[in-house]
Amino acid sequence: MTLLGSLALWVAFLLGAWGAITGFLGASRERGDLIASSRHAVFAMCGALLVAVVSLEVALFRHDFNVEYVAAYTSRNLPTFYIWSGLYAGQKGSLLFWATVLSIFGALAQWLTAPRHRVYLPYVGAITSLVAAFFVSVMLFGHSNPFERLPYTPIDGRGLNPQLQNPGMVFHPPMLYLGYISITIPFAFAMSALLSKRLDTDWLVAIRKWTLLSWLFLSVGICLGMWWAYVELGWGGYWAWDPVENASFLPWLTMTAFLHSVMIQEKRGMLKKWNLGLIIGSWLLSIFGTFITRSGVIASVHSFTQSSVGYFFGAFLVVSAVASFWIYAKRLPLLQAESSLESLVSREASFLFNNLLLVGIAFSVLWGTLFPIISEAVTGTKITVKAPFFNQVNIPLGLALLAFTGIGPLIAWRRSSLPNLRRQFAVPAAGGVLGLLVVLAGGMRDFYPLVAVTLGSFVFVTVVQEFVRGVSARHRQYSEAWLLALGRLISRNRRRYGGYIVHVGIVILFIAFAGMAFKTETEATLRPGESVSLRSPYGWTYTFTHLGVSQYDALNRQVTAATVEVARNGKRIGMLSTEKRQHVDAEGNPTFQPSTEVGIRSDLREDLYIVLAGVVNGTEQAVYRFTINPLVWWVWYGGMVVALGGLIVMWPGGGAVAVRRAQAGYAVKLVAEQGKPS
Amino acid sequence: MRTVDRRGFLRASATSLWAVVPAFALLRPVQDTVPTAGPSGRLWDPNRAGPSLQPVTAEDNDAAIQAIEKRLKCTCGCGLDVYTCRTTDFTCPQSPKMHAHVIELTKAGMSGEAIVAQFVSEHGLEILMAPPKRGFNLAGYFVPATVILVVGAVLLVVMRRWVRRTTPALAASAPVVGSSASPAELERLHEALRHTEA
Repeated sequence: MTLLGSLALWVAFLLGAWGAITGFLGASRERGDLIASSRHAVFAMCGALLVAVVSLEVALFRHDFNVEYVAAYTSRNLPTFYIWSGLYAGQKGSLLFWATVLSIFGALAQWLTAPRHRVYLPYVGAITSLVAAFFVSVMLFGHSNPFERLPYTPIDGRGLNPQLQNPGMVFHPPMLYLGYISITIPFAFAMSALLSKRLDTDWLVAIRKWTLLSWLFLSVGICLGMWWAYVELGWGGYWAWDPVENASFLPWLTMTAFLHSVMIQEKRGMLKKWNLGLIIGSWLLSIFGTFITRSGVIASVHSFTQSSVGYFFGAFLVVSAVASFWIYAKRLPLLQAESSLESLVSREASFLFNNLLLVGIAFSVLWGTLFPIISEAVTGTKITVKAPFFNQVNIPLGLALLAFTGIGPLIAWRRSSLPNLRRQFAVPAAGGVLGLLVVLAGGMRDFYPLVAVTLGSFVFVTVVQEFVRGVSARHRQYSEAWLLALGRLISRNRRRYGGYIVHVGIVILFIAFAGMAFKTETEATLRPGESVSLRSPYGWTYTFTHLGVSQYDALNRQVTAATVEVARNGKRIGMLSTEKRQHVDAEGNPTFQPSTEVGIRSDLREDLYIVLAGVVNGTEQAVYRFTINPLVWWVWYGGMVVALGGLIVMWPGGGAVAVRRAQAGYAVKLVAEQGKPS
Repeated sequence: MRTVDRRGFLRASATSLWAVVPAFALLRPVQDTVPTAGPSGRLWDPNRAGPSLQPVTAEDNDAAIQAIEKRLKCTCGCGLDVYTCRTTDFTCPQSPKMHAHVIELTKAGMSGEAIVAQFVSEHGLEILMAPPKRGFNLAGYFVPATVILVVGAVLLVVMRRWVRRTTPALAASAPVVGSSASPAELERLHEALRHTEA
């Protein structure tokens, strides 16, 4: 099977190269035969890469330890659930996963694109083939072939890193990869529009679903990554501003900016240059993320092993950036706006400032990520840039962005009058003040959490006001029942109201992040029966009583579990268990350093987070870290609400109709403004 | 040849039994203790629980010491601060040593700033979780906000120019939009448009 896999990789590479060459030639010379050949090559490459993936999975499931990759990332006693994820657990497999998913997306773009947008497909096929062929070439020529064989066959494999043996790690990397990879399709459409000089808003309609899809995958992938870090890494948080985390956040920010600014182009024919720049930038940032994850240029706990593939990605990044922006610069004269801004107090203007903040935060994160390299180059001294720096720089920017999340929907398109602004802002502003008063009365005095709660309340009331007005209008106009009116309000304009739901999710996330400012923790050594108390930010006193330590064997690990009884204000509320796991191979030999499994008890207000640090001199006297993390569940709820809103926005049907309606309305207005009869 | 009579044999056996009982007690694994404060039982295989730890001391929970440790990066390569590393990665050989060093310096009467400075003198600036706000590193903190402010100001100027360019064109076409409409009607029209478009 591995021979078949290797062969499939070579076939995929040749097909990718062929698809790229014929696609570019066919599109530029308008040769139908070459275009058809390129299209066939896209599908054939997808088939070849699927064969390679199946070959690797077969090797993984058959424990073919003669394959170096299989021996490095799996073992005989690895649970089946995690053997599948071995596919993308290592550098080589993840490159195969990248190329395959990209080829699937490329094939889907060829297959699913509406007939009126097919004019873009020859270049789209060429670009997706080129990028996928690059990834395959890294495997073939960058010493990253996942089918490479060992000169001997080990009895057992090394096994999967214990921290990757978590359900979160089965779903988080694919989601993130899907987000990264699917940006290639909007990028390919954008480049196709530039190359073919078809620069009206049609290409935007063609990529609408793709941009939403990649944004949704990135959002879900980032949230799953946060959840995994929280439940598995044991440090009690979910975001550490690690370079690899930042790399996933960067394209999310620019894609979010694009999803807002694209509305201005669709409705007003403005910001064409900006939107193209954002798509190109987002794609380059996704490649940049891949580069820093794999190159070792920036130290990160999440990185793959440092290898020569970093050079490939560095070169690819530079070449792609130069080529993309060169074509972009050549086409700038064709990217003139069809209308202009009418007022500084308009939704267009607020979206521009929202874009400024989103891209500004992306710049700030990128700056912080690269600053150790910049500083060392300038001063010759190594420095570290970690969470304290990022929090200091980005929290104010994030809060400003939160404010614009509420301001944008309250300002009318084109211009807003003062009475209109007063009417729109009165209730949300009152909501913000009320939120502030409530938390002040509750005793909160920390500046940033106070601002977060105030702005969060303001944005939340803004969204509620929009829903109430919309539902009331439907109820009045069509005499619909309230619930029916709500359902139809959302389904008839999914983009707008789905977007508002996303805003609610963002508010929830901000409030949850603010909650972590009130985290409390303590360390304690307890003999069986001994207790320690910890006061939560809500004023409750939790008592943790150590019950004892037990040891037992599980499938591929030896477990030492410590159990704690928890009481709140003297009333027993349950038991928590936290573990030390020593993973072993099939012979019972230790394979990795002992890992820690945290014990978590969650409710809507706070999480009790217990970590078994170890034991004293081999006895049941256990060393614990007890942490109370407020509002953590709201991070996951916020992520779910964001995903729900995203799904509503991209659900088939409503969106495209709304876009066409908006464009038609815009065209009618243009005619009216120019004084011509319609 | 000395013979052992039956009574002597039984007495020797009984005596040796008394000797075996304590030995047996020593060999017998200690039972898990019940949840009452008492002596800790030994684990069946202590190696499975990771490196043996020392009991937590008051210094370990000292907020001032934790605050210092949160400013210092652990040198094990994990990228975490000393406090987070020592309370998360219990196999790390570095963070406990750095923690002990912080305690030692604290006991010597050094202030938090002096302790941080001492670590910087020993390990270089890289030991800090965030660069100090001086020299070139100041740029790290202020460049993002400055860039956003400058670009925001430029954006504002450009937007004002766009608006000035647009206003005469709109004024010229104003009669078409609704020459007979009252300001109140225009406001209602804008409101209706806003609801249609948004």
